[in-house]
Amino acid sequence: MINQGEILQTIRMIDRQHLDVRTITMGISLRDCAHSDIALSCGKIYDKICRLAGDLVKTGESIEAEFGIPIVNKRISVTPIALIAESCDAADYLPFAKALDRAAKTVGVDFLGGFSALVHKGCTLGDEKLLRSIPEALAETELVCSSVNVGTTRAGINMTAVRAMGEIIKETAYLTRNSGSLGCAKLVVFCNAVEDNPFMAGAFHGIGEPECEINVGVSGPGVVYEALKAAKGQPLDAVAETIKKTAFHITRVGQLVAQEASARLKVPFGVVDLSLAPTPAIGDSVADILEEMGLSSVGAPGTTAALALLNDAVKKGGVMASSNVGGLSGAFIPVSEDAGMIAAARAGHLTLEKLEAMTCVCSVGLDMIAVPGDTPAETLAAIIADEAAIGMVNNKTAAVRIIPAYGKKLGDRVEFGGLLGSAPIMPVNTCSPAEFVLRGGRIPAPMHSLRN
Amino acid sequence: MRAFVTVVGQDKVGIIAAICILLAEKNVNILDISQTILQDCFTMIMLVDASECAVPFAELRDRLAELGAKMALTIRIQREEIFDAMHKI
Repeated sequence: MINQGEILQTIRMIDRQHLDVRTITMGISLRDCAHSDIALSCGKIYDKICRLAGDLVKTGESIEAEFGIPIVNKRISVTPIALIAESCDAADYLPFAKALDRAAKTVGVDFLGGFSALVHKGCTLGDEKLLRSIPEALAETELVCSSVNVGTTRAGINMTAVRAMGEIIKETAYLTRNSGSLGCAKLVVFCNAVEDNPFMAGAFHGIGEPECEINVGVSGPGVVYEALKAAKGQPLDAVAETIKKTAFHITRVGQLVAQEASARLKVPFGVVDLSLAPTPAIGDSVADILEEMGLSSVGAPGTTAALALLNDAVKKGGVMASSNVGGLSGAFIPVSEDAGMIAAARAGHLTLEKLEAMTCVCSVGLDMIAVPGDTPAETLAAIIADEAAIGMVNNKTAAVRIIPAYGKKLGDRVEFGGLLGSAPIMPVNTCSPAEFVLRGGRIPAPMHSLRN
Repeated sequence: MRAFVTVVGQDKVGIIAAICILLAEKNVNILDISQTILQDCFTMIMLVDASECAVPFAELRDRLAELGAKMALTIRIQREEIFDAMHKI
């Protein structure tokens, strides 16, 4: 029998330290749903999602009940819709978004990702139509998330698409102005997007993925934070060791849940994504971990180094705990979803520029950042370009999820509710990058893309 | 299916009796019990076999939680595998 201390430790992690499985995400290929008739294609999409994911929520709930581990979200990711939709002549892809939304509601999932296009080297006609449909799709659906990949280390950055994304984000903010420009929280612009990410809003089922699979995202910043409290004053290599051990425990739970879900749903297991994903709850914050390492506030000099240590130790600890690790895997730093980040941003200790530096060493990028509603589209595009350049040159995933909250200005605050939290409006450098952005074209791939 | 029942709270008369009655009613076999009292805080861990349980697992969990609420204790039941996964390599 396992010892009493270990049993109580597990219970403490779940009960007091917010250990949870953040998401079970079912990836579904929709490649057999393309059709020249848009109504037929949408019908096939709806039917396929309902058929494959019909038991997803129920299964998640039964695993939750039996193992006593909260599974916060059940989600679906699908093949980037541009690939499916371009077989039909329709100019507007809104009906696809609505079909996805209906299917997500029928099966009862929290979110569905994949209203997406991969345009890192250029747009097909279908990609262009999808991009144009994004603002309305996000305004007229509730559960659909969208993502666009605008760059890769291999292909460089499609700056024409980056420019378009600046405008699309502005339009999405306007169309969803009555809900704090919430639509932008469901839209991610990627460089080096991964194909098996279970986390929203950037999940999609990549074209190299199987017919259907289960990916699981674990969480647990609170557990790491509590473990570090016990390592007060110790050197940083001891801190890294503590994080590794904790990440191992957390990931083992993710692996167990993934195997159970996969067996019960008779769907192959894909990956465990071992990301530390904060929530607005007190004690479930990545910022708290960085501050526990000895920073008076996240954003202070040293933050990037502390985050680099954290991100690396999480991976090292988690990788042995799972048979397949994938997705984004690392530490997320969404501002609005992390009580410590919110506090630091409000106090002016955490700036957009520092966050950009942090994204060089974290798992994703500029995430859930609210900026003034009058931020020009070109400035948003330039922020995306900077982030994409970090991803491209460093051979890592980088992303931007930014909310130019309509009608809001510095000092205001925008509330999204639930896991999306609330965000203080952060200042943006007002020097114009318009001429640079309006050039369009491509930023060529870096020298180290030529690895063959 | 084996599971751990864990009980944490203020010590009082009849905790083990009440839980054992409930488990017996639901046809759950007790395999092992250990308990300690640390600064008046009662902690009991019970390994049980719930494969022949008369009710679905989620219902058993709810009945135990209700009993816990009545006795001002926290009572949980979780399948053994989660503890094994986390602590055994």
